Amino acid sequence: MMAVNRLFRTCPSTGLVYHEAAEKLIRWNAVAGVVSLLVGGILALLVTLTRWPAVHLLPADWFYLVLTAHGLDMLVFWIIFFEIAVLYFAAAVLLKCRLATPRIAWVAFWLMILGAIINNVAVFRGDSSVMFTSYAPMGAHPAFYLGLILFAVGALVACFVFFGTLVIAKSERTYTGSVPLVTFGAVTAAIIAVFTIASGAIILIPTFLWSLGLVAHIDSLMYRTVWWAFGHSSQQINVAAHVSVWYAIAGVVFGAKPMSEKVSRTAFFLYICFLQLASAHHLLADPGLTSNWKIFNTSYAMYLAVLASMVHGLTVPGAIEVAQREKGYNRGLFEWLRKAPWSHPSFSAMFLSLIGFGFLGGISGVMMGTEQLNLIIHNTIYVPGHFHATVVIGTTLAFMGLTYFLIPTLFRREMMFPGMAKWQPYVFGLGMMSFSLFMMGAGTLGVPRRHWDMTFAGNALGYEFPGTAYLMMGIMGISGIAAIIGGIMYLLITVGSVFLGKKIATPDFKYVAAKDGVAPKPAPQPAFGASGHGASIGMAGFVAPGTFVLALVFLTSFILYYFVNWKYLSTVWPLS
Amino acid sequence: MNTAQDHSEDVTEEPIPAMQQILDNPFLLLFIGIAMPTVLYIVWGVMEIVGIPVAK
Amino acid sequence: MSALVPPQGVWWKQPLDRVEGTWIVIAFVWCLIMFFMMPYWHVFGKQNLSNEAYRTTPEMFQAKTQAMVDKFKVREETDLKIPVVAPPPGSDVYIIARLWSWWPMVELQEGKTYRLHLASMDWLHGFSLQPENINIQVHPGYEHVLTVTPTRAGTYSIICNEYCGINHHTMASRLYVVKAK
Ligand code: HEM
Ligand SMILES: [Cu+2]
Ligand SMILES: [Cu+2]
Repeated sequence: MMAVNRLFRTCPSTGLVYHEAAEKLIRWNAVAGVVSLLVGGILALLVTLTRWPAVHLLPADWFYLVLTAHGLDMLVFWIIFFEIAVLYFAAAVLLKCRLATPRIAWVAFWLMILGAIINNVAVFRGDSSVMFTSYAPMGAHPAFYLGLILFAVGALVACFVFFGTLVIAKSERTYTGSVPLVTFGAVTAAIIAVFTIASGAIILIPTFLWSLGLVAHIDSLMYRTVWWAFGHSSQQINVAAHVSVWYAIAGVVFGAKPMSEKVSRTAFFLYICFLQLASAHHLLADPGLTSNWKIFNTSYAMYLAVLASMVHGLTVPGAIEVAQREKGYNRGLFEWLRKAPWSHPSFSAMFLSLIGFGFLGGISGVMMGTEQLNLIIHNTIYVPGHFHATVVIGTTLAFMGLTYFLIPTLFRREMMFPGMAKWQPYVFGLGMMSFSLFMMGAGTLGVPRRHWDMTFAGNALGYEFPGTAYLMMGIMGISGIAAIIGGIMYLLITVGSVFLGKKIATPDFKYVAAKDGVAPKPAPQPAFGASGHGASIGMAGFVAPGTFVLALVFLTSFILYYFVNWKYLSTVWPLS
Repeated sequence: MNTAQDHSEDVTEEPIPAMQQILDNPFLLLFIGIAMPTVLYIVWGVMEIVGIPVAK
Repeated sequence: MSALVPPQGVWWKQPLDRVEGTWIVIAFVWCLIMFFMMPYWHVFGKQNLSNEAYRTTPEMFQAKTQAMVDKFKVREETDLKIPVVAPPPGSDVYIIARLWSWWPMVELQEGKTYRLHLASMDWLHGFSLQPENINIQVHPGYEHVLTVTPTRAGTYSIICNEYCGINHHTMASRLYVVKAK
């Protein structure tokens, strides 16, 4: 038996306990994610400047190439690398446990790196501009699929390292009771990830063989159906992950307790059961699948996963409100919110993420995921408008907020440019909100996604979009640039701090290599009682009345927007 | 207030409710999280595609 | 930092907050309403995507389309001499999607109902009718049959909104709707 590395470090400012191997892996996965974000961000600039009609920067072949790479580097590589870091954090750090099989975790990491590089090389060679969806029978170079498969295998292995760590924590009793809520959210993300990656394997491996000429035919409908079990479910990993990050940041910044473990965990449980069914959103305009299948799946079995998101959307700010009221900000409906630390970038990032995800991403997603309403939205630029609200404002911004917390505790560096950090979430978040909104607006006028030339220049049969569509695409371009500036700020702060920031020493920390001796396992977590709220806060028996009012505002917008779209649908040509 | 200072879970005064036990079992959850979408989305969807009739 | 620390003992029996309880009930009712809107619209609404689809081959679909063109062609348009067909109301209308054009063009009558057949000859394409903004995925190997009723006379565009390769943005065509005779 190899000596087990039991080298732990306690962060003096947060009290978090880091296992040496876990710490390194978390850092490296996070760094790999941020590098992908950097590459994807440069590509975002090029794509945006091409879709902004007045600029129309790239030629067509480069546009499609760069768009393919932007989708992959952002949606797949940035997000998943960072998610693996979050998983390791939620298991090893929050459970004060050693990471299971660090060597295998490193193999997973390098597989993911290798896959990401191979895939990017394939795209930049120029013969794989098939978009990240690579819909068969449009074919890419075999290396394109190979890269994705290697990356996916690495990520799957990493998920099992996470599950393995849970097992170790339980058997070595590094905690008592149930895992923390944030870890439970990470469990949800990891479960969805396993299904996601398995679906990816089911479809990408035959497609890879097909690209080599070993399989004769890939059915396009079968491909889309199974591919979206991978493509959409991976978005559901993001939802589970960023909701966990919301809870974590609420805990870190406010010491907020979940309003009720039961409710929040049941909501995650609904995610586990139903969230992945929503892959059907992408097939609502396809032939051959019946309305029964479409309605059941697109609605996550009666919107039970939407219910879960609406619950999280209430309980996260609700927990913050309770914590603030208990601190004395108990006046009126919104004193707790006015007195929130708006210049703390972890908080502002988390709060903008929550609002943007709910109001823009959530409402639009449910609307266009409605079987019939999808007809007036499918494949228009409304769709990227929606998902930039979910995966950029929701996930990416939440991860940015988490980074600000991790720089001092995980990387042991002081944050550079703290003044810029105060503004970063606003520049990025508000820029992206405007970007998404105007993309959605242009989509309702029919502007297609993934399209190099909405003017149809020189085409005798081209369609002339109304002036408003051009205006909206222009504002989209400007807002996109603002968001990119916010992204650059983030990269400056994080890369600067991690590599050049002033080191923070950890007192009493001596490095002992695993082979030099096995330290005893750390003492278990102090026990906390189940939480109960004092009855003295809030109004009218509601402990979080402000949040409740916000939730009603949300619901009202949701209902109005939903029915406005039905009204609009009722004016288009009858179809049956 | 239930503060189980004793680290062995089996000694808590109250039995753990079934639902809490389910939520505390990641591998059971993993099974559910894979089985549900596999059956309801993939298997059902693939069956429908396979059953599409041939055009005349 | 309670979401970050393990809860102890039995938390399942902790009573619900009034805020949470009320919200769960409201949200659940809304979820049910949204769910039932879909079947409701199948019964009472007029815009539902057809479930009628068949497995086909490019040759078979091409032959059926050609037969329609031979029978109902009324004129040709553009330098490419793309046929315009005007099939009678109630009949079957075929449109082929291929790299990178829609073929042929069709002329329909306002307020009349047609059975529109869509299929691709090669890759995926996206039937996007503007400015109606009706968007339907077109697959190779599958024939999708929709019943449509154009409601307003005019010249419409069909553009492709599923990325289909380097000339995707050039794939556009027309659809005419004329006043009923
Ligand atoms: C400042 C940040 C960003 C800007 C300005 C931006 C801009 C854009 C633009 C203009 C498009 C093209 C839409 C189209 O023509 O169909 C696009 C596509 C896309 N973006 Fe971003 N983006 C940003 C960040 C991100 C991030 C962080 C992610 C993921 C986490 C992301 C994921 C995607 C995906 C998946 C696509 C679709 C690619 C496809 O259709 O194949 N973007 N983005
Ligand atoms: Cu096309
Ligand atoms: Cu196209």
